[in-house]
Amino acid sequence: MLDKNGIAKRIAKEIKDGFYVNLGIGIPTLVANYIPDTMDVVLQSENGLLGMGPFPIEGEEDAYTINAGKQTITMLPGSAIFDSAMSFGMIRAQKVNLTILGAMEVSENGDIASWKIPGKMVKGMGGAMDLVASAKNIIVAMQHVNKAGESKLLSKCTLPLTGVNCVKKIVTELAVMDVLPEGGFKLLERAPGVSVEEIKNATMGKLIIEGEILEMVI
Amino acid sequence: MNKVVSGADEAIRDIEDGMTLMLGGFGLCGLPEKCIAALVKKGVKELTCISNNAGVDDFGIGLMLRQRQVKKMVSSYVGENAEFERQLLSGELEVELIPQGTLATRCMAAGYGMPAIFTPAGVGTEVAEGKEVRNFNGKDYLMEMAFDADFAIVKAWKGDTQGNLIYRHTARNFNPVMAMAGKITIAEVEELVEVGELDPDNIHTPGIYVHRIFEGKNYEKRIENRTVQPHPNPPR
Repeated sequence: MLDKNGIAKRIAKEIKDGFYVNLGIGIPTLVANYIPDTMDVVLQSENGLLGMGPFPIEGEEDAYTINAGKQTITMLPGSAIFDSAMSFGMIRAQKVNLTILGAMEVSENGDIASWKIPGKMVKGMGGAMDLVASAKNIIVAMQHVNKAGESKLLSKCTLPLTGVNCVKKIVTELAVMDVLPEGGFKLLERAPGVSVEEIKNATMGKLIIEGEILEMVI
Repeated sequence: MNKVVSGADEAIRDIEDGMTLMLGGFGLCGLPEKCIAALVKKGVKELTCISNNAGVDDFGIGLMLRQRQVKKMVSSYVGENAEFERQLLSGELEVELIPQGTLATRCMAAGYGMPAIFTPAGVGTEVAEGKEVRNFNGKDYLMEMAFDADFAIVKAWKGDTQGNLIYRHTARNFNPVMAMAGKITIAEVEELVEVGELDPDNIHTPGIYVHRIFEGKNYEKRIENRTVQPHPNPPR
């Protein structure tokens, strides 16, 4: 089974040289730690920055240099600052190659719910609705089951949607799956020490298993 | 074209109960904190506030929420404010949550003189309820209307007496698009300079969009989420 860093490390393998990438809040933020130095990857932060760097050295933090999670960050050489309209302009125009974000639920047709639990929790969608509506390639990083032990991979989402038919790949603590265009979670890899049976039991939606499912290499 | 006012109190003097305000900033970064303090002092009520976030409990728009000055919030993300969430869940506060890009682009449309925009954000979700859907090249888009705000209040790093503005780092965020969108736009700046001192090639908001400007003192520059890495050679 993977911990949060393990999920981030596995997702980092999906990033290719030359990519512009938007990382969401939570596990996706950790992905930045596992992008190889040899790769030329530019991180976009939707509050208006391309070229996001690591957290600042203690004492060098700047209230004016933050990411979309409101964390203090640094700007790498070659960074560019822009306003919020342009930020979502480049997202809508599909200039960003890959979007990685968290979710509360994903359905087998690629719908995602991530912003609201009616009557209980309302944080808002932030930039997630814009990102999922436009991104060419969307990977969801999340736990396979929620705190109540219920599967988050469903035939149909029960919570208010963030976007429809948009998630392409999911990485959880148990598995890596593709969401097929015709519907269904296609099991690609097992997390270390996790059996196909365990993944089946944790998945409510349609899980497609073809041939031998290898343990992931991270 | 001198647009300089004495300070926040004069800048907001004619903001009245029931008006619609745009407030720049992302989280606590680039917030017009002097004007917010003046609005809290003035006690205007029944406001509709368009702002990406709702501040935190004791800073930013959170201060206005605490005093029940806000009738309606139009925001994209309100996660860090317990009082906000309480007022929302209890029904005391009307809230319209909209996608962040839609929020920014509805401001932009107002500043560009366009009545509406089309965006795919929110198609197939509850955000789409009651909105016109148009299909372009096989993909569905929602028609979203330009905002109509009585005042836009923004914070810039530097400005000149004609209202030309320059922002610093990610404190730019919503400020330039909101500056363009208000019927009256108020800019508070950390450094107010004479005309001619700013490089025309580096102006982010042309002064034509700005009606009032003043220099604020002692900006708190509060950090919402301080994340650092340890110093490689810590001083002994």
